[in-house]
Amino acid sequence: MTPDTILPMIFGRIGLDSLPFVPAILNPSTSEFIAAGAAGVVFLGAFIVLGVVTWFGWWGPLWRDWLTSTDHKRIGIMYIVLALVMMARGVIEGALMRVQQGVGLDGGFLSDGHFSELFSTHGTIMIFFVAMPFISGVINYVMPLQIGARDVSFPVLNQISLALTAVGAALIMISLILGKFSTGGWPAYPPYTGLAFNPGPGPDYWIWSVGIAGLGSTLSGINFAVTIYKERAPGMTLFRMPLFTWTVLCTAIIMVFAMPPLTVATATLALDRYLDFHFYTNDLGGNMMNYVNLFWLFGHPEVYLLILPAYGIFSEVIATYSGKRLYGYMSLVVATMSISVLSFTVWLHHFFTMGQSANVNIAFGIASMFIAVPTGVKVYDWMATMYRGRIRFSVPMVYATGFLMLFVIGGLTGVMLANPTISFQVHNTLFLVAHFHNVIIPGVLFGLLAGYHYWFPKAFGFRLNTRWGYITAVLWIVGFCVTFFPLYVLGLMGMPRRSVSFTDPSFEPLTLIAMGGAMLVLMALSSLMIQLWISVRDRATAQVPLGDPWNGRTLEWSIPSPPPEYNFAVIPQVWSRDAFAADKEAGIAYQEPETYDAIAVPSNTSIGMVVCIGGVLLGLGMVWYMWWLAAVSFLGIVGAFIVRSFQTDTHRIIPAAQVARDHRVWLAQIAASPEVTRAQECSPANRGRAMNERPEPSL
Amino acid sequence: MTQFERKHPGLNLGSHHGAAHDQAEALVFGFWVFLMSDLIIFGLMFATYITMQGPMAEAGGPGPAQLYDLRSAWIQTLLLLTSSLTFGLASLAMRHKHGVAPVVVPLVVTLGLGLTFLGFELHDFQGMLAQGAGPGRSGFLSAFFGLVPLHGLHVTAGCIWLMVMLAQIAVFGLSDMVKLRLLRLGLFWHFLDIIWIGIFSIVYLAGLTG
Amino acid sequence: MKDEPNYRQELRSYLIGFVLALVLTAVPFGLVATGALAPLQTLGVITVFALIQVVVHFRFFLHIDLSQQKREDLHLILFTVLLLLIMCTGMIWIMASLSERMH
Ligand code: HEM
Ligand SMILES: [Cu+2]
Repeated sequence: MTPDTILPMIFGRIGLDSLPFVPAILNPSTSEFIAAGAAGVVFLGAFIVLGVVTWFGWWGPLWRDWLTSTDHKRIGIMYIVLALVMMARGVIEGALMRVQQGVGLDGGFLSDGHFSELFSTHGTIMIFFVAMPFISGVINYVMPLQIGARDVSFPVLNQISLALTAVGAALIMISLILGKFSTGGWPAYPPYTGLAFNPGPGPDYWIWSVGIAGLGSTLSGINFAVTIYKERAPGMTLFRMPLFTWTVLCTAIIMVFAMPPLTVATATLALDRYLDFHFYTNDLGGNMMNYVNLFWLFGHPEVYLLILPAYGIFSEVIATYSGKRLYGYMSLVVATMSISVLSFTVWLHHFFTMGQSANVNIAFGIASMFIAVPTGVKVYDWMATMYRGRIRFSVPMVYATGFLMLFVIGGLTGVMLANPTISFQVHNTLFLVAHFHNVIIPGVLFGLLAGYHYWFPKAFGFRLNTRWGYITAVLWIVGFCVTFFPLYVLGLMGMPRRSVSFTDPSFEPLTLIAMGGAMLVLMALSSLMIQLWISVRDRATAQVPLGDPWNGRTLEWSIPSPPPEYNFAVIPQVWSRDAFAADKEAGIAYQEPETYDAIAVPSNTSIGMVVCIGGVLLGLGMVWYMWWLAAVSFLGIVGAFIVRSFQTDTHRIIPAAQVARDHRVWLAQIAASPEVTRAQECSPANRGRAMNERPEPSL
Repeated sequence: MTQFERKHPGLNLGSHHGAAHDQAEALVFGFWVFLMSDLIIFGLMFATYITMQGPMAEAGGPGPAQLYDLRSAWIQTLLLLTSSLTFGLASLAMRHKHGVAPVVVPLVVTLGLGLTFLGFELHDFQGMLAQGAGPGRSGFLSAFFGLVPLHGLHVTAGCIWLMVMLAQIAVFGLSDMVKLRLLRLGLFWHFLDIIWIGIFSIVYLAGLTG
Repeated sequence: MKDEPNYRQELRSYLIGFVLALVLTAVPFGLVATGALAPLQTLGVITVFALIQVVVHFRFFLHIDLSQQKREDLHLILFTVLLLLIMCTGMIWIMASLSERMH
C-alpha cells in the first residue's frame, strides 16, 4: 500500500487546497483574502473562547451547569447564545453582499463563486441557525413557565434537540475553514446542488447541516406540543393559556408536520449525490421539479413557524405595556389556528413560474391571499389592545410599533406576490428579497428582540440597559428601512436577485443607499452587543430578584428572577386567563402554601454532548468521504443510546425543606419591598415588584 | 388504575403511581406524535413514487411488470401481519399474565418473523440488482428504492429495538419502564404494518395490475 | 374495574382483526394473481380494501376507537390524515400538470 491509497482512506477527499489559506496564497485576490480572513476569525474566535474558559477555570461549571443540564431554562439560554453568535456572522455576510452590490457596477471585489457562497450561507444561517434556535430558545425558556410546569415533557430529548441544532451550526462554521459551502442558495435547488454541477463538498455541507438540524426541530416540535398538552397547571384550560403559548402550540404542530418534507428533500438529494439515485438528475428519468415542490412543502409552513411565536411575543408585550387585557383573545387564537392550517395549502406560490398550468397557479394564488385575512385580524386586535391603554413606551414597545407599521407593508407586498401575474414579473428580482426581509426582519427578528428585552430580567435577574435598548431598536428600524426599501424599487426596475454585479448604471444610486442602510444595520448589531455589555457591567443597579418588573400578567412573572431550577415551589392553581394579573387584582398573589412537597428533577446527562460531538464527526465523515469516521461515530451514537437505556436512576430529589426555605426567603423579601410605580419602572428602585394598575381600563 | 389502563391496553403499571401514570401518558402521546410525523415522511415518499411512474421516469429501463414478484410480496405480507398478531399476544400477556415467559415467547417469535421478512425483502432487492435494476438505472427505480427499503430500515430498527428490549427484560424483568417501552415498540410495530398495507397495495399490487 | 375487558375478550379482538386483515389482503392479491377483473376495477378494489384494512389495523391492533378517552389520539390521527391529503393530492396534482405540459 502506498500513501496514495492510504491517505484517501483516512482523510477521504480532504486535500491541502481545502484549507482557505492555501488558495489565498496560490491565487491572491480580494475574494480569497476575505475567505481566508473569515477562516482566521473562526479560528481566532474558537481559540479565544477556549482560552478564556481555561484561564478562568470554567470547564467544570460549563460542563455541570450548562452542557449536561436538562433544565429547559438553561437549554433555552444556550439556544439563544447560539442564535446570537450565528446572527453576527449572518448579518456581516448580508452587509458584505450589500457592499458588493453597492460597488458592483461592472465588477466589484467578490468573485461570483464567493458571492454565491455568501447568499447560500447567509440564507441558510439566518433561517436555520438564527431564527429557528432563537425561537426554540425563547419557547424553551418561557412556555413551561407560562403554563405553570416544572419542565418540558421530555427534558433529555430537549437536550438532544439542542445538540442536533448545534451540530448543524458547527458544520456550517467548519465549512469556512475546510472546503467551500454550497452555491445553491438556501433552498439548495438541483441542478446547482446536483453531483453533475457541483461534485465538491459544498452541497454536502448544506445537506448534513440542514438535515441534522431539521431532525432536532422535529423533536423539539414533538416536545413542545406534548408539553402544552400534558403539563399545564391545574385549571389552565386550553382557552386560558397565554397567547404566546397558543402560538407555540401552533408552531410546534407545524414543526411536527412541516419538517418531514425537509427531511425527505434533503435525504433524497443525499441519495442522488451519494448512491447514484436519480430523483433529481437531468438524465435517466429524474425530475428536479419535485425537489422544488418538496422543499417548499416545508418552506412555506416554515415561515409561519417563524412568525407565529413572534406574534405571540408581541401579544404579550403589547398587553403588558398597555396595562390592559389583550383585546380579542378568541379571535387571536382562532386566527393563529387558521394560519397554521392554511400555511400547508399555499406552497406553490414559491414557484409560480415553474410551468404548471394556470389553473394550478390560480388555486394556490387564491389560497395565498386568504392567509392574509387572519393576520389582518391580528393587527387590528393589537391596535385595539393599545387603544385607550395606559401605554408605556418601553423598548419592546418600540419594536412593536416598528413591527406594526413595517410588517403591514411587508404583508401587503406578499399579497401582491400571491398574484401569479405579478409574480411572473418580479420573481427572482430584488423585489422578492425586499419582501421577505420585510416580513422576516420587522416580524420575526423584531419580535425576538422585543422578547429578548422583555424576558431578559426573568432569566438573569437584572434589566437590560434602556438607553442602549432604544438606540438599538431605532437603529434596527431605520437601518431596515434604508437597506430594504430601495430593493423594492430596484426589483421593479428589473435588477435580478443573487447577482454579483450589474451593468445598468441607473441601479447604482439605490444600491449605494442600500449599502448605507446595511452599515446602519451593522451599527444596530454592534449596539445590541454594547447594550448587553453595559447591562452586565451595571447590573448592580438593575436587579429585579422579586420577579415582576413590568407588572406582568402571566405566570412566569409570579416567581423569582432568575427562577429556581424547579420553577414553581408549588404548582399554581389557575382560575382565569392572565392568571397572575387576576391574582394580583384579587390580592391573592404571593401566598405561602400550606405544605411543600419534595420535587424530582431530571439529573444531568452527557447524552446530548455525545450526540453533539458524534454528530459533527458523522457530518464531517460524510461530507469528506471519510467513511470509517462516519461509521464509527454513527455506531457510537447508537451505542450510547442503548447503554443509556439501561440506566434507571435518572432523577434527583430536592427535599421539601429546601424548597420551603427558599420560597419563604423570597416571600419575606416581597413582603418587605414597596411596590414601584410605572414611572420608576426603569430606575434602580424597580426591584421586581411592580404596582398593579387599578382599575383596569376597559374596552 | 382503570383510567389509564382503559386508555392504553397492553400496560399494567399497578395502581399506586399517580405520577408514573402522568409520565406514561406523555410518553405514549409523544410517541404517537412522532409516528404521525414519520407518517408524513412515508406519505411523501409514496407520492413521489406515484409521480415517478411511466415511460419518462422509467427511462427505457424495466418497469413494475418485469420486476415485481407477487408471490414474494404475499409471503412478506403474511410474515408482517402474523408478527403484528404475535406482538399483540405479547402485549396481552404483559397485561393479564404473570411471569416473564408468556411475554418473551411471542416477542421472540415476532423477532423471528421480522427477520425473516427482512430476509425475503433483501433477497428480492438482490434479484433486482442482479438484473441491473438498481436505483441508478432510472428515476422510477430510485423512487422504488427510496420507498420500500425505507420501510425495511424501519423494520430493521424495530428488530434492533426488540433485541434491546429482550435484553432489558432479562436485566430488569417486566418493570414499569420496560413495559412502557414495550408498549411504544408495539405501537411502532403495528404502525409499520400499516405502512406495509400501502406498500403492497400501491407498489406491488397496483404495479402488477393490468 | 368491572368494565375492564378480560383476557379472552381482548384475545378475540386481536384474532378478529387478524382474520379481517387476512381476508382484506387475500382478496386483492387473488384478483391481481388471477386477473379476474378489468384493471380499473382491480385498482378500485385494491384501494378500497387497503383503506378498510388501515381502519381495521387502527381499530384492532392500535386500539383507536371512538371512546371518549382516546379522542386525543384520534384527533391527532385525523389531523395528520388531513395534512397528508393536502400534501399528497397537491403534490400529485402539481407534478401531473407539469408532466402533462412537458410534451
Ligand atoms: C440584518 C440584515 C440583513 C441584510 C443586510 C441582509 C442582506 C441580504 C442579501 C444582500 C441577500 C442576497 C440577496 C440576493 O441574492 O440578491 C440576502 C438574502 C437572504 N436573506 Fe438576508 N439580510 C439580512 C437579514 C436577514 C434575516 C434576519 C433573515 C432571516 C431570518 C434573512 C434571510 C435571507 C434569506 C433566506 C435570503 C435568501 C438567500 C438565497 O438567495 O438563497 N436575511 N440577505
Ligand atoms: Cu410562502
